[in-house]
Amino acid sequence: MAFAAFATAEAQAEAPKRRSRIALFLLLPGILYLILFFLTPLISLLLTSLQAPAEFGDIGVYDYAFNWQNYVDVVQQYLPHIARSFGYALAATVFALLFSYPLAYFIGVKARRWPLLQSLMLVLVIAPFFISFLLRTLAWKQLLSDESFIITSLKALSLMAPDAHFTGTPFAVIFGLTYNFIPFMTLPLYTTLERLDTRYLEAGSDLYAGPFAVFRKITIPLSMPGIVAGTLLTFIPAAGDYVNASRDFLGGPDTQMMGNVIEANFLVLLNYPAAAALSIILMAAILVLVGIYVKRSGTEDLL
Amino acid sequence: MSVREFAERGADLQLVGIQKRFPGFTAIEELDLTIPAGSFFALLGPSGCGKTTTLRLVAGLEEPTRGRILIGGTDVTDTKSHERPVNTVFQSYALFPHMTVIENVAFGLKRRRIGDALGKAHEALRLVELDHLAQRRPQQLSGGQQQRVALARAIVNRPALLLLDEPLGALDLKLRRQMQLELKTIQEEVGLTFLHVTHDQEEAMTMADTVAVMNKGAIEQMGAPAELYELPRTVFVANFLGQSNLFTGEVVDTTSTALTVDAGGTRIVVPTARAQRHRGTVAVGVRPEKVTLHTHEPAGSADRNVVGPGRVLDVSFSGVSTQYLVDLGALGTVLVFAQNVGFGPVAALGSEVWVSWEIMHGFGLDDVPGEAGRFPADDSTTSIAAQRRDSLVSELEEG
Amino acid sequence: MSGEVQAAAVLGGFSESEQQEDARGPVGAPRRRRLGLGDWLLPAYTIMAFVFLMIPIAYTFVFSFNDSIKSNISWRGFTFDNWLNVCNVEGGAVCEAFANSVIIGLVATVIATALGTAIAIALVRYRFRARSVISLLLFLPMATPEVVLGAGLAAQFLALGVPKDMTTIILAHTMFCISFVVVTVKARVSSLDPALEEAGRDLYGSPSQVFWRITFPLLTPGIIAAALLSFALSFDDFIITNFNSGSTSTFPKYIYISASRGIPAEANVVASAVFLFAIVLVVASQISRAARAKRLAKLD
Repeated sequence: MAFAAFATAEAQAEAPKRRSRIALFLLLPGILYLILFFLTPLISLLLTSLQAPAEFGDIGVYDYAFNWQNYVDVVQQYLPHIARSFGYALAATVFALLFSYPLAYFIGVKARRWPLLQSLMLVLVIAPFFISFLLRTLAWKQLLSDESFIITSLKALSLMAPDAHFTGTPFAVIFGLTYNFIPFMTLPLYTTLERLDTRYLEAGSDLYAGPFAVFRKITIPLSMPGIVAGTLLTFIPAAGDYVNASRDFLGGPDTQMMGNVIEANFLVLLNYPAAAALSIILMAAILVLVGIYVKRSGTEDLL
Repeated sequence: MSVREFAERGADLQLVGIQKRFPGFTAIEELDLTIPAGSFFALLGPSGCGKTTTLRLVAGLEEPTRGRILIGGTDVTDTKSHERPVNTVFQSYALFPHMTVIENVAFGLKRRRIGDALGKAHEALRLVELDHLAQRRPQQLSGGQQQRVALARAIVNRPALLLLDEPLGALDLKLRRQMQLELKTIQEEVGLTFLHVTHDQEEAMTMADTVAVMNKGAIEQMGAPAELYELPRTVFVANFLGQSNLFTGEVVDTTSTALTVDAGGTRIVVPTARAQRHRGTVAVGVRPEKVTLHTHEPAGSADRNVVGPGRVLDVSFSGVSTQYLVDLGALGTVLVFAQNVGFGPVAALGSEVWVSWEIMHGFGLDDVPGEAGRFPADDSTTSIAAQRRDSLVSELEEG
Repeated sequence: MSGEVQAAAVLGGFSESEQQEDARGPVGAPRRRRLGLGDWLLPAYTIMAFVFLMIPIAYTFVFSFNDSIKSNISWRGFTFDNWLNVCNVEGGAVCEAFANSVIIGLVATVIATALGTAIAIALVRYRFRARSVISLLLFLPMATPEVVLGAGLAAQFLALGVPKDMTTIILAHTMFCISFVVVTVKARVSSLDPALEEAGRDLYGSPSQVFWRITFPLLTPGIIAAALLSFALSFDDFIITNFNSGSTSTFPKYIYISASRGIPAEANVVASAVFLFAIVLVVASQISRAARAKRLAKLD
């Protein structure tokens, strides 16, 4: 699946050297497409982020300039949103990992003897993909609203203050992000755990490692490629998400993330340079974080 | 026995009434076995005979359905794998790919919190002459080197009992010899109890002081290698451990010293002391290298069985010796190994020959071919194919 | 509800095989099996995890039968009306949005699959200098947050003065599907033995015959998987669509806009129908694959 893209390095065996004219013919249309609709948009995003308002124009009209002040402005204005984006995404990634690891372990290791059960459980993991992302988030909103059975029960049991809310809080946003990206975490974890050679676990046990030590010293390090792939696949979209945090979904006025302000600036306020500058910051921050993470987790020689 | 300290010396292993069933098949029917401390014991058998299951039961990687396991007199049946004073050299070596060689070797010591784990690990690596590769990853080593690391990783813990699961299977002949020697040396130096599981009869016979031949979840025969070879007790042992010429017939005469069998009209005599059954239909046999080939009918002798004439069906020259396959009519075929003391073969293909062997070299078995099932003395291509298929199927089941 | 049925089926299958194992257990006086914490804790957790994952799906399905008037928030009674009259509310806005999503998904899938498959074949079968640059170009769209992809394209369309409509949505969807197609098909191409193509050439096949009669049929499963994945990605995409759709409605966009005033039950009907269709398709293919594997095993 697509998730392997992150886990497997370009460890290609040397491809045979053949007529490169055919290769060019095969590559050119797709690559050209990506240059036109992925690469140049990023450049125009960069250019837009440096635009200045037109001198005699309406709202939403800008001229090309080198107005790097835009970056200073958006950072000053939206620092809490930037912090929230990465904070929420980090929390959701951790929760999704804690939720998915035992699940992926059961499907990939314990259920090996029953292949049909294994594939049916995988279907259940990706089943949320088959129903609209927005509708499942809205479903949680209804299920966790102040009048819902879950919340009224919690209040009746005094597990929640009578005047407390769940929707509209950071917890609700993190909850929604976690739920929505669980399949992205579980699938790559499953892929590595499914290939985990249990003979290593037996060898560990033979060498006086108790169940916990076997897990910590052998299972976790051997599943590191899956952990790295899963955390990246969860963290990146979570940091850029704006549906969960939106006021109409699980968020509130105090939970807005970078995605929300990018959307508002671009589509509502027509402040394109601000939206573009925020986008560039988001992308750059993610690339830097991912780079550091992959380096530090030392997964290169495991791959 | 605590795993926190080194075993002073090897401990003896006792298996009492062990049975192991898996869903769908029984791996071990009923197994009683005692392996004395300090011995090098080999469990020999074809794949699917239950030998690997036995090893896993001792290591604590499987639980017996019934029976007890005692190590050094202590009942360890309910002790988990990581709490047993036992280490295994796995067939696949199972070296942790995410650790260096030295980390692999020190792993067990660190888990047991034994002081100077790294120092002791380096010492163990020196013993297998791999200390210079301590910082490498297992994937960067050759098969033979990996095998030695696996060995070092096991013996560094000074287990009371060391289990070897076909550890030499993946090596080429030269490395095998080297490792066999190394294992023997280590055993003599350290004085551990070795339990070695293999399907290679040569490996078992050269290394072990006691060999137990296992078949279909039970031990068929146990003893010193030479004893097993010279006096097999069952058809399975006679055929699995080396090759045998077997003849089935009725006992026609029994004295205190000799037993006469009528096999298809030919009388064959074996010493009574070397026969398991003295009445009824019995199988008697002789090893091919004990049989002599004659181009002229030899003079009868009181201490030799003479059979013939027959016809040479096949001659294959293998340097040191020549193998002859002789058709003896009603008696079936006989295999003869003859040392090449002169030049060229003694008998040509298709020529008329007689065979003879000393009566004292014959043996009488407890069962007859066909009864034992798995390895009938039938070497037609279809039955060989059927055997191969059976063993492949059981191998698949075991894996 | 469908989710719970699924979960129950899984549980049923699971406990059944456990029982079989016990039934074949030893005769006589077996040793008592140690029942450790791990023996039941992990299966129990797995069951609970699946129940949790299915909750919103079950909710959506149940509320597609709600006898709602305007907002579909509280339960007002059971009815089939929503299913029978999907296209009769708000002048068929739900159905129009759904139809747009299907058209966009189909067109984007066809283009992305064609372009992506060609790249995948080139990457595995040919050697060229710009390899690492191209790999990076393919990897980046998957590592870029959707909001950045959406805003970037929108900025470009804005700068060029291109009006946003269904075409711009298709252009956007094709872009982010290509990388996923490449990754999926590439996995299949790598697993193909190049000797098969060599054998084809050896047996007098011209290059185009070899491609269409050998390579392409062998790649079909990978291409189908890639097409299904890219349709699913396109159909469910909201964030990129939102930036590049102008006034064109898609199914996710319709839900987003209606979210503030309440989603009509018909949206639940459409989503539930899509879900059931997809799940039946996937489960059926899994079961037929398992059955085929069993038949092959029996041939032995």
